[in-house]
Amino acid sequence: MLDPVSPQALAISNIFNITFAISVAIFALVTGVVVYAAFRYRSRPDAQPPRQVQGHTALEIAWTAGPTLIMAFLFGTTVVGYGLAAPGYAPAYRTADVAAGKQQPPQADIVVVAHQWWWEVVYPQQAITTANEIHLPVGRPMRVRLESDDVIHDLWIPRLSRKMDATPGHITYLTLQADEPGTYYGACAEYCGVEHAWMLIRAIAQPPAEFDAWVREQSRPAPPLPTPPPGTPTALAAATTPAVATPAVPLPPGRGDPVRGAILFQQKTCINCHAINGTIAQGLAGPDLTHFASRQTIGAGVLDMSHENIVRWIANPQAVKPGVHMPNMLLTEQEVNDLAAFMESLK
Amino acid sequence: MAEIPLPGTRTIEVVEPLPAVTRAEGLFRWIATVDHKQIGILYLATSFFFLLVGGVEATLMRIQLAQPRNNFLSPEAYNQLFTMHGTTMIFLGIMPLLVGFMNYLVPLMIGARDMAFPRLNAMSYWTLLFGGLLLYFSFIGGGAPDTGWFSYAPLSERPYATQPGVDYWALGILITGMGSIATSINLIATVAMFRAPGMTLRRMPLFVWMSVVNSFIILFAMPIIAATAIMVLIDRHLGAYFFRPEFGGSATLYQHYFWGFGHPEVYIMILPAFGIISEVIPVFSRKTIFGYAFVAGSSVAIAFLSFAVWAHHMFAVGLGPAWDLIFGAASMLIGIPTGVKIFNWMATMWGGSIRFTTAMLFAASFLVMFTIGGITGVMFAVVPIDWQTTDSYFVVAHIHYVLNGGSLFAIFAGIYYWFPKITGRLLSERLGKWHFWLNFIGFNMTFFIQHVLGLEGMPRRVSTYPDMPGWGLMNLISTIGQFITVVATLIFLWNLFVSLRRGQAAGNNPWGGWTLEWATTSPPPVYNFNQVPPIRSRRPLWDLEHPPAPEAKSG
Repeated sequence: MLDPVSPQALAISNIFNITFAISVAIFALVTGVVVYAAFRYRSRPDAQPPRQVQGHTALEIAWTAGPTLIMAFLFGTTVVGYGLAAPGYAPAYRTADVAAGKQQPPQADIVVVAHQWWWEVVYPQQAITTANEIHLPVGRPMRVRLESDDVIHDLWIPRLSRKMDATPGHITYLTLQADEPGTYYGACAEYCGVEHAWMLIRAIAQPPAEFDAWVREQSRPAPPLPTPPPGTPTALAAATTPAVATPAVPLPPGRGDPVRGAILFQQKTCINCHAINGTIAQGLAGPDLTHFASRQTIGAGVLDMSHENIVRWIANPQAVKPGVHMPNMLLTEQEVNDLAAFMESLK
Repeated sequence: MAEIPLPGTRTIEVVEPLPAVTRAEGLFRWIATVDHKQIGILYLATSFFFLLVGGVEATLMRIQLAQPRNNFLSPEAYNQLFTMHGTTMIFLGIMPLLVGFMNYLVPLMIGARDMAFPRLNAMSYWTLLFGGLLLYFSFIGGGAPDTGWFSYAPLSERPYATQPGVDYWALGILITGMGSIATSINLIATVAMFRAPGMTLRRMPLFVWMSVVNSFIILFAMPIIAATAIMVLIDRHLGAYFFRPEFGGSATLYQHYFWGFGHPEVYIMILPAFGIISEVIPVFSRKTIFGYAFVAGSSVAIAFLSFAVWAHHMFAVGLGPAWDLIFGAASMLIGIPTGVKIFNWMATMWGGSIRFTTAMLFAASFLVMFTIGGITGVMFAVVPIDWQTTDSYFVVAHIHYVLNGGSLFAIFAGIYYWFPKITGRLLSERLGKWHFWLNFIGFNMTFFIQHVLGLEGMPRRVSTYPDMPGWGLMNLISTIGQFITVVATLIFLWNLFVSLRRGQAAGNNPWGGWTLEWATTSPPPVYNFNQVPPIRSRRPLWDLEHPPAPEAKSG
């Protein structure tokens, strides 16, 4: 919040600066008087007993009225700044009322659904689903609808906007806008369970043309997955035996084969939790992986996106992010490399 | 050990050991006691022990946070520790330490023989001890709670908290809460019925005033959390849906209930501290309190307002502009009576003859530390600022300036001030100064920088954090500060230990205090007073020294 890049965050920053200036003055007054009194009125051996003053009504009125005026000023600042900091802010909608048609929440540019411990990011008009990063066109205010799939979370990207809770049973809105291109770090700010620390998010603000290109890229479905050979157990053995499915080009050591990885992805129950657009993988419990490798991080910020880190994550997510809902699948090294190669192909 | 002396052969010492602890009666006397002084000592000792446990938990957390991506603690262990740290400090540390002072001092200060209901008083203490032990039993009973000290639903509900930790949390709070409610009724009855002749309401020491106001807050706030804890238990064990949105319950309702209790609780933890400050500052400034009626009256205002500000903990929920602004305004209002108090304490020091004993050092630094916590508190009432700073390290810094730099510094002032009355021996001033300065430096080093961390976007309650520019260094400074505080605390414990054994004898009134507890021996006899001096003003002992009582008409 110290370096705002949106009108909303700037409004909060300005209110903070005004309040901070008043705060410093009050702090200086109190500290000054206490320190001055400590030296000036320090007990001395020859001192006379001090005069016993019971009180002073005018002073009491003064130091009641003074703070009252300051509070009145701060309240005025609050009212004025409120609308600037959160334009169009309305009370949360109740999911049950919305479902029953009693409330009509407005259309959103982006829907963010908070999960333990990752963010699902949907662009409903463009039919894009991604995770843990929000792409924004520079300068355009985006209305974000916020929901939770489980417990209470809170979306907070300090340089862009206020924080807003994602409460189960509620739908809330906030505006995200970035007036300068860049990557802005954010996090879940409401404690949400064991991996709360690694529920990071980043907003990536791009010039409109770049943003449109990103939209086109993300709207593209993934190529269909290769069909696993019939008879799964033997097929699995076959797929993992290099003699049967040797890649056309010899792989460097430690590298896997994306085709074998794609088959494993279907056989190893990955598709129960993950979706890849355009394929039979339609699981909803974990992040959509359609353009996984285009993202900057893995596991909601716990690792940067790189080959080594994809391998680390697939080999045992519990070692990277203990408590995460993705289990250790007990894969062989070859299987890990193949799956990693497949993941890296999902640009 | 337990040798039984023959009648009439008790060794006479210059200073008696703790009241009524004769070797013949030993430990049993402490278990069976209904004496408010012994119960007060039990409260103070037990809650100081829990305070140390909470401090150990904090130190472990600070070690984990000293470096980004540190692996000293697992996330699970860290989450249990911060939950237990908060719960311990609030329910088993700060609050019962203050109740311990109330128990020990209020009957003495009003010239009473004991509390109105001595057995009920004993029950209150034992609920604290066993409620606390039950909470800590969770560590070996399936895992400590890990849902934070406010244990938000639905994170605390069955699908998300499968371990029994939350049950221990709810039961522990329920049991200690019953004791707190009993204490508050007891204390109100005592002050209402057992004041010595002449002790009118307008002559009561301010510590008694704050204790009574505090008791009323406890009486109205604790039942809210008790009912909430019961609802959590019903949800978890009988399959109800109070706080489960998917079945028609409400996660926001829990927050309203919790903070309906939780914000008054903040004042429960600060009002008796105000009382301590209102006793210590006048005595060491050699001046009567400035604006007695305003200090007392502002507490009543705070008590009422404390029940009307809870939703300022919920500005990020999305309650909408109307509620946000109403609660923002109410929260600003509460800053006014609080400011009045600070000004009156400063005016009491002004023109005085100040002796900087350790107690006075803690009291004077309280004024500055609490002011920082108060100012940041007002910032949270400015709703848009709250939207950025809530649930960040800024709020962590804020609560510690209020509860550590505020309440705990006042408690230390109280300990240095009344230790001679309670034990008959003075604490070492030399060790006390070391304790104060190291604690002051360590505390500020740990928490001041956390304001900056919060503004830079570090959320609270994270078991680790990414390596953002500056975060590692600031967290390291914070951790080093904690270790300075640890050293200060060890010095304090050493001071307690040596001073109890061979501290200087205190006499009845080592500081020249003016309230009734200084009129009796140190430690006081079981019956408190041989004879209560005549009470013609707020300062009966001043009147004894100044026969033509210059302020007699003011009472």
